[in-house]
Parts: sequence; structure tokens; C-alpha cells
Amino acid sequence: MVSPILELTNINKSFGHVQANKNINLIINKGTIHGIIGENGAGKSTLMSIVYGLYQADSGKIRVNEKEIKLKSPRDSIESGIGMVHQHFMLVENFTVLENIILGFEGELVFGKNLEKAKNELKNLCDTYKLNIDLDSIISDLSVGFRQRVEILKSLYRGAEIFILDEPTGVLTPQEVDELFKILRSLKEEGKTIVLITHKLNEIMDLTSEVSVMRQGEMVGHTKTETTNKEKLAEMMVGRNVLLRINKSEAKKGDIIFSVKNLTVKDDLDVTRVKNVSLDIHAGEILGLAGVTGNGQTEFLEALSGIRKVESGEIHLHGEKIADQKTYLDPRNLKEKGLAHIPEDRQRMGLITDFKAYENLIFGYHDQEPYSKSSIFNEKEIISYSQRVMEEYDVRPTSPQLITSNFSGGNQQKIILSRELNENPKILLIGQPTRGVDIGAIEFIHQRLIDMRNKGTAILLVSVELDEVISLSDRIAVMFDGNIVGEKINKDVTDRELGLLMAGVA
Amino acid sequence: MSTAIDKSKVPWWVSNLIVPFVNLILALFVSALFIFVAGENPIQAVNLIIYGSFGYIEGFAYTLYYTTNFVFTGLAFAVAFHCRLFNIGGEGQAYIGGLGVFLIAINVSFLPAPLVWLLAIGGAVVFGALWAFIPAYLQAKRGSHVVITTIMFNFIASSLMIFLLVDVIRDTNQMAPHTVKLPKEIWLPTLKDFAGFFGIKMRYSPLNLSFLFAIAASFFVWFLVWKTKWGYEMRAVGHNTQAAIYAGISPYKNIIIAMMISGGLAGLLGVNEILGVNHKIQAGFPAGYGFTGIAVALMGRNHPIGIFPAAFLFGILYQGGSEVTFDMPNISRYMFVAVQGVIILFSGALENLFRPQIESFFVNRLNRKQEA
Amino acid sequence: MESFADLASLLNSTFRISTPLVFAAMAGLFAERSGVIDFGLEGKMLAAAFAAAVGSYYFGSAWLGLLLAIIACVSLSMLHGFASVTHKGDQVVSCVAINILMIGLTTALAAAWFGQAGLTPTLTDEQRFLEITLPFADSLRDVPVIGFLYSDVLSGHYIFVYLAYISVPIVYWIVFKTSFGLRLRAVGENPSAVDTAGINVFSMRYKALMINGVLIAFAGAHLSTAVNANFFREMSAGRGYLALAALIFGKWHPKTALIACLLFGFTDAMQIRLQGAELPAIGKIPVQLIQALPYILTVVLLAGFVGKAVAPRAIGQPYIKER
Repeated sequence: MVSPILELTNINKSFGHVQANKNINLIINKGTIHGIIGENGAGKSTLMSIVYGLYQADSGKIRVNEKEIKLKSPRDSIESGIGMVHQHFMLVENFTVLENIILGFEGELVFGKNLEKAKNELKNLCDTYKLNIDLDSIISDLSVGFRQRVEILKSLYRGAEIFILDEPTGVLTPQEVDELFKILRSLKEEGKTIVLITHKLNEIMDLTSEVSVMRQGEMVGHTKTETTNKEKLAEMMVGRNVLLRINKSEAKKGDIIFSVKNLTVKDDLDVTRVKNVSLDIHAGEILGLAGVTGNGQTEFLEALSGIRKVESGEIHLHGEKIADQKTYLDPRNLKEKGLAHIPEDRQRMGLITDFKAYENLIFGYHDQEPYSKSSIFNEKEIISYSQRVMEEYDVRPTSPQLITSNFSGGNQQKIILSRELNENPKILLIGQPTRGVDIGAIEFIHQRLIDMRNKGTAILLVSVELDEVISLSDRIAVMFDGNIVGEKINKDVTDRELGLLMAGVA
Repeated sequence: MSTAIDKSKVPWWVSNLIVPFVNLILALFVSALFIFVAGENPIQAVNLIIYGSFGYIEGFAYTLYYTTNFVFTGLAFAVAFHCRLFNIGGEGQAYIGGLGVFLIAINVSFLPAPLVWLLAIGGAVVFGALWAFIPAYLQAKRGSHVVITTIMFNFIASSLMIFLLVDVIRDTNQMAPHTVKLPKEIWLPTLKDFAGFFGIKMRYSPLNLSFLFAIAASFFVWFLVWKTKWGYEMRAVGHNTQAAIYAGISPYKNIIIAMMISGGLAGLLGVNEILGVNHKIQAGFPAGYGFTGIAVALMGRNHPIGIFPAAFLFGILYQGGSEVTFDMPNISRYMFVAVQGVIILFSGALENLFRPQIESFFVNRLNRKQEA
Repeated sequence: MESFADLASLLNSTFRISTPLVFAAMAGLFAERSGVIDFGLEGKMLAAAFAAAVGSYYFGSAWLGLLLAIIACVSLSMLHGFASVTHKGDQVVSCVAINILMIGLTTALAAAWFGQAGLTPTLTDEQRFLEITLPFADSLRDVPVIGFLYSDVLSGHYIFVYLAYISVPIVYWIVFKTSFGLRLRAVGENPSAVDTAGINVFSMRYKALMINGVLIAFAGAHLSTAVNANFFREMSAGRGYLALAALIFGKWHPKTALIACLLFGFTDAMQIRLQGAELPAIGKIPVQLIQALPYILTVVLLAGFVGKAVAPRAIGQPYIKER
């Protein structure tokens, strides 16, 4: 006898021009583990943030336990029995586990009886669900897996009946993933409802009984897990994008220019993100690295471009070792060796949005002639160069003096692109080249990349857009959970094959 | 319904002229209120200010003399600010810069005057820069907040200078803590001297050659920050440190350079006060100019083209203010310190108070014009 | 008994001089622990001193003067909150503005209302706080050691001195033993965690600033209605910055901040006694060096040479909800 515990009807949410959730309808049944699957930007996190009261929907209704409610803040959601384990943990690092859990729910002004009661209740909860947490340990001493348990315990303590987990396994080791699954199953046995947001098909098939698929802000499918399989889900997830395929000639592969051996890289939170990756890139080829964001591509690119240090392994450029555990070249040196990097997050890294366009067009090359001579800028030269380049790459508006934040996302991307491509690099690292770029510009950018590859540049293309990867690459590698899980020559490979690899299915 | 406007449509003159102007008016309105509460007529006070700062030649000269100091300290704060560093240590850096001026000048006084001035300026800059170096280094290498360290260094400078003035370099012929006077030959010429050269008789005012140095410094800062690689890198680090690292720019190096240039500029205040006006080091000669420099820089949006007028405005306030305190016994010079505080409040902390309304007003007007 | 008398005098001075520092440090603690920078302690202390002196004079009661001081400081803290928390303006600039504004306004109004170059009228004994003699102090004086400590060191201080030292354990208790304190510290470390627990970050910060205003008012009132009998210009003389230094030196913890305040008070008390004193091999210690000592120590601490002074993680960053 299944009854709905959470119902979303016609939920809409926009941020400016971007519609993150479009007419979403969703029914979560009590006592089930319900998966929500989709790629980047599908709208899953936004939807769950609405359920948790962090955002308010523009329109639509929410019903919990068949009663319509308004969730105006996290407090409302918590009181309705909704708990959320965020991707980035909401924990105070230097507090104990106990302090983090009771925060906001202390029950008394002065710590006394309620604290004891809380301790006992928490001990019981820990035992029931085998969470094994020491309440007096300090968060900063705990591993990521244990911190996540604290988040789960927090929701339990607050009386959650519905647990939303947003991409919970991204930061966990395989063993920690197993432990988490055990905990989730025991939660379900006690009658709790779990909503699992993920892009990993394995998790869906292992844990859930029902699954909903989101794509580009809409709910595109809803099935029972037992009646579907990974292939069908991958197809729904990836869909059919209508992008033109570029006509390109065979690659004239040259020597290996860039060689990565057993590379391991950690992120800022000390979690290993790149696990023992080995990869070679030849001159005159485009190697596409496909995968959903968060599987290590960012850290991989950062290590290759000299921004992030290497835990272990080696990187060789032109046969010369440029990075290992002890040494790494800084971006300036790499530029001199012919490496150009177009970062994924252009606003955070590739540009200074407060600078004028011409200032960004020499960013990173500003102390080279002819832009500057003995540290003084040759403004005339820079502006005429900028004008030329902006026309060539069709950056609109073609005004070098305009402040960069006034350009659209696509044009900002073109500014970065034109800057790096104009240096005729021997090797180009490029991440999400057409994110937020309109169709016309996408074609233009893709053509430039092919041109460079034809001229002999080695290109590593990292993109979450499968069509882009398939369209441009000569070889495709898929990154999942920090590993290269498949490397194929791009001859007859299909969306579906790649989609499966991207979702972790071998 | 979203009321957010497209930021890119806001004309530059609205953000950089109208909004600061409105903030200034608000500040002056509140100041007028203070004067009223103090029991005097604000309108009359304004008249006195205008008379005192413009009404007679020497008054105007005094205004420009104050302006000189404010330009130096305003530029100092602005340069560091471009690297997103709050250099509150202008007072201390000016003080130590003055030490440099004096030590050099007294020891090379036998050289021709222009050479002495050049060397003294060098001394001011070097000493001021050195005083800013330790806070800069601590921020860059150890992440110590530069605001706190520079405030601490202000106090340390004060103690150090008092010690030197009382025990080490005091003019032993008398008790007050100041040094001997520099020989007349190396004094910077004042307006009176200059006028005398042309046969015009004038009363004394402290306006001296330093005023031209201030103008030169403004050009120097403009050129440095916007036309050279160093300024470019400083600004990159200040806007977005992550992106700067991506481009191979070293935040560490630029923090130190920015602070040292800032300290050096503050040090130039010593050139004005010691070489041009007092001709000796007097205890406490920075007299709050360092802090006013913060107000000047914020009002001038950290650009020399804004700093100069802002410094001039404060010069008017100071000089006109002294006229007010002379004629209105109820208003002490401290009232103008309060005015300064109000200006910092409205130009700095509350600068966005009416910004959304002003900007959307103009954007809507422009839209309506376009549709028409 | 000469040396005992000296010691008593030294201890007395230390306690008295440290008092405004303790109040100011505790005030700063609340603000900064909630994530709001407070460099404005100096200006607020001055405002309190002025308001207390004026209030005591007009109302004839030192307690009413204190009340006026509290109103003044809480208003300034709210102004700071409005600029930084609600309008997300720069917190440092807001503090600098308040400091300069108060230096100017207090003296300007004193001069305008009372004439004499920034002095408020001298308060009569009825209008100020007087030294308090603890019960039995006179009779116990001759009891060896304990009696002496009681009657010459503990007794005879202004009420603010006692209040200051009592406030420290109270502050400790509030910050570490109540749910309010837990939330306060959380807001300064990770405002998102607090937000997702359903607590209003802004309201927490405003409450912290209110307490900040009350505490700093006591510091200022102590100066103008207890230790002195009037307000005079710039009478806070850098104590607000010293208190900030003590707070940092004490790593934002009431107990260690108290020790830092006492240390700074002690160096100030010693300064007069050390004038002219000679150290072997070094010679005469310049009095200015001792005056500068608290500031030098703070820089050394900030440089990380004497342990790490880790500020509340979220300090100085306006809380923005968007993603």
C-alpha cells in the first residue's frame, strides 16, 4: 500500500533568463528510495533546493503527506519532516558532532537537561542505524564519509521522514559508498523515504525502486527501477540534441606531445579526484574527455595546466618532465613551452570581468612584446591587435574598450578563446568551450578547433556535452569517478555507449 | 516580479559621478545637521567655508597646501586598494617617511638645493615603503590581515618617533620634542617666495613646491596603475586572485609591491611638511592626514582623476573649517573631523544606499528615450 | 612593608587600567564571533565616554549617564550593522568611518555645548561613580597577607572594575554554555550551516551587535564618570585598538582575552615605574618601547610566531544567500 509522501505539481523556477525547472511534476512514495537522475544543468539540485525551502518556486504546488504547504524557509521544510544532505556539507568545522546536530534545535537556552536527553536520543539513533559516530569528536577530525553520516544523523534528529541526498557519493571511497548504501537501506527499513539525486546509473539500479529522469529543466521520464535498465535510462538522460556534426578530415596524428602517467590529484578538501590516470595526446589530434562534471576533470585540467599540484605520477611535455610530486611549472613557463589553457570556469579563472576587453585579450601574455616593452604597455598596439582579433573571432560588440562583464557569456568565451588560440599553441587544454554559448558561436568555435588540429596542435577537449565531444574528437576517453573508464576511436561510437560509460557502467 | 536592472546598461557617468555626488550631498546634509545641533547656522558656516578657502589669496593657498597632503595620502590608500589591500597605515608611513626626509636632508644639505630635494624625496619614499613592508610581507606570506597590522604599525611608529624625537635627534637647545631646523638654503620655495621672485608681495602661506610634486605623483600613479605591467598585475590580483594565478601572476609579489608603493606615497607627506613647511620634524606632524587620505581615496573612487578633486574638497573643508572655527566659537576644528567621518560613511560604507534607485531611475529614463 | 605597598599599587593600577580593555574586548568578541569585523571599538568607547559624562551632568545621576552611553553605543553598532550586514558594505570602511566621526563629533559637541575646548563640565561626587570600599575592608587591613590583599588590592575600586571582571565568566557562559552562544559561534564560522538549520543569520548578527554596544558603553562610561570626572577630547587614547589587539592576542576567547587585557594593563602600569630603570647590558629602557609593546606583541602573534590566531572563519564576509 503505497501512498505519496511528497508531491510536486507544476513547479516552475527561473533565474533571470534561465528556466531551471519547467513544469515539474513528481510524486515520491512513502518508504521508497526514489532516484532522480540527469546530467549537469538538468535542474535536479534546484528542484530539491525548492523542496528544502532554500528557494521559492515561481509557481506550482507542494504537498507533504497529502497536505498542501508553503515552504518558505528551511525551517518550514524541517518541520514538515524533510531533511537534506547537501553536496557541500553544512557543518561547522570546529564544533563537535553533537554541537552541529543540535544547532538550532537545542530545546533550551542554557545547556542542561535537554543536552543529556539529546545525547541519549542520538546514541539510540546511532545504534539503530549503525552509524557509529562519536558525538564528541570534532568535525575537522572526521573523514568525509563520517561527515556525511553526521549530516544524516542531523536530519534524523530533526525528525526527518524524507531524506534528500544530493550527489552523495562523489566524495566517497568505494568502501564508504558501500557503508552509505547500508545506512540508506536501514533507513528505508525503518519506514523513511529517500530521494537520491545522482548521475550514476549503478546507484539507481542498486538502490532505488523508482526513478525519475530530468533533462534540461524538465521531467522527461518516470519508471519503476525493476522495469527498466541502464541503457534505457541512459538514453532518457542523454536525449537527442540537435547539433550539427562538423565535417572533418582524418586526423594526421603526429608524435606524442603530452603524456600523463599514473596521475593522482587531490582537490582543496584533500579528496582524491584523479585516480591513477594515464593518457597520451598526439600532435594534430583532438582527444575528447567526456564525463559528467565532478568526476575529476576539473582537477585533471588544473594539474595539467600548472595550477594544481600533483599528488603522484608524472606529466611530460615534448618528452620533458614538467610535473611530478615535487616539481611543477607555473602557468607562465608552460605558456613559453607552447601550452595554452582555456579554463572551464571562464569567469572564475580565465578572465577578469572588471577589466576592459583589450586587457583580457592580453591576460597572461601581458609582459611579452609587442604588448609591452620594459613593462610599459604599448596601448596602441594592444588595441589594434584586440580590434583585429575581435573582428576575426566575431566578438560582439567589437569594442576593445568595453568592460568585459558587459559581454554575453558566449562572447566572453570567444575573448578567451581568441586570446589563447592566437598564440598558436602547440598544445591546447580546453574545458567546456561552448558552455553558455549560442548556436552560431558554437559552430565558429568548433571550426577553429578543427583548424588548429589540422595545423598540428594537440588538443585535449573536456566537455559534458556529448554531442560536442563526438562531433570534434578523434579519440574519446570517458572519465568517471576519477578514472578513465573507456577510450575509443571516434568512428562508430554511439551516444548511448558513451552515456553508459559516463554514468559508470562498464 | 524582478526589479533587477541590467547592470551593463548603467552609463558610467551615473555610477561614477551621480551616485558619488548624491552620497556627498547626503553627507553634507548630515554635517549641516551637526552644525545646527552644535548651535550654529549651517548656511552661515557654508559661507565662511567658501570665504576662508577661496575668498583671499592666502586662504586659497592654504587650501592648496592641505590639498597637497591629501593627494599624497589619498594616492597611497588608492594604490593599495587596487590590490584589494586596506592600507590604514598611512599615518605611520608618513611619519617614518618624514624621518627619511629629515635624515637625508640634514646630511646632504651642502649639496645644491634641487639635488637635496631629489634625495629627500627618495628618502621619503624609501622610508615610507620600508615601514609598509612588514605588514605587506605578513599579509602575503602568512595571511595576517593588513588592516590590523598597519594600525598596529601606526602606534609603533608613533612610539618610535617620540623616542627618537625626545632622546635621539632632538634639538637639544630646548625641551619640546622636535628636531633642529633644516638650513634655509634647502627649504622648498613657498608661494610667497615664488611671488616675491616676480615682485609680488604676499603674506606667508604654507603652499610650496610640494604641490607640484603632488600633481606629479598623481600622474605617476595614473601611469603606473593603468599603463604599466605592474599596475595591471596589481589590479588583476585585486580583482580576482584565482584568475591572476591562472595567468601566471604572483599574488605574493604584487601584494608587497602595492603596499610598498603605497607606503612610499604616504611618505611624501613628509616632504611637504618637513622640507616645505615646518623645516623640522615635529611630533605628530602626520596629524590625521593619513586617515583623511582614506576618505579622499574613497570619494575619488581610487582614481587620481577623482582623488585630486576630492583632496581639493577636503582642503576646502580644512581651510574653510579653520575660518569657521575662528569666527564661530561654538564650532571647533573637530567638527570637521566629524564631517570627514560622515563623508567616509556615505562614500564608503553606505555607498550603495541609494544606488539601486538612482541606477534604475536613469536606466528607465534611457529606455523610455529609446522607445520614444 | 614598602615593597608590598608598591605591589598593591601596581596591581591596583593594572586592574583599573585593564577595565575598559576588558569591556571593549568582550564587546569585540561578540561582534567578531558572529562574523562582523569590529574595528570601531575606539569610536564607540569615545561616544560612550561623552554620552555618559553629558548624561550624568544633565540628569544628575551617573546611572542615567550610563544609560545614555548604552543608547549611543547600541545606535552606533546598529549603524555598523545596517551598513555591513544589511547593505553588505565594506565592514572595515564602516568602522573607520565611525571612529573618525566619533573623534570629531564628541569633541565638537563638547566644545559647542560647554565651551572649553572639548571638556565637559566636571561632575560632582553625586554625579559620578566613586570608589567602593568593600565591607570590613578597614578592619581587615591588618590581617597578614589576606587582609592586605582584601583591603588594599580588592577593595577600593570603581564599580566598573568589579563589573568588568565579573563580566568575563558571564560572557564565557553565554558564548559556550547556551544555545544562543552556539548559534553565535556557528554564524561566524559557517553561516550557511546556520541558514540551513532554519536560523536567521542577519538577526543573529544584529543581536550580537546589540550586546557589543552595551558592553563597550561600560568601557566608555568607566573613563568619564568613574576614573575621571568628565569627558575630554580623544580620551579613549587608542584603548579601542588595544582591546582589539588583546582580543586577537586572546584568540577570540574570553579567558585568554582577559589575560591579554591584564597583560596590556600591566605593561601600561609598569611603564611609569620603569621610567629611568636600567636593564643589565641593554641600558635604559625607553618608555616608548614599553608603550609600544602591546602593539608589537600583537603583530608578532598575527605573524603566526606565537601560535596561530585563527579568526572566525566567516568574518568580514557579508552573507549572501544566492547560489
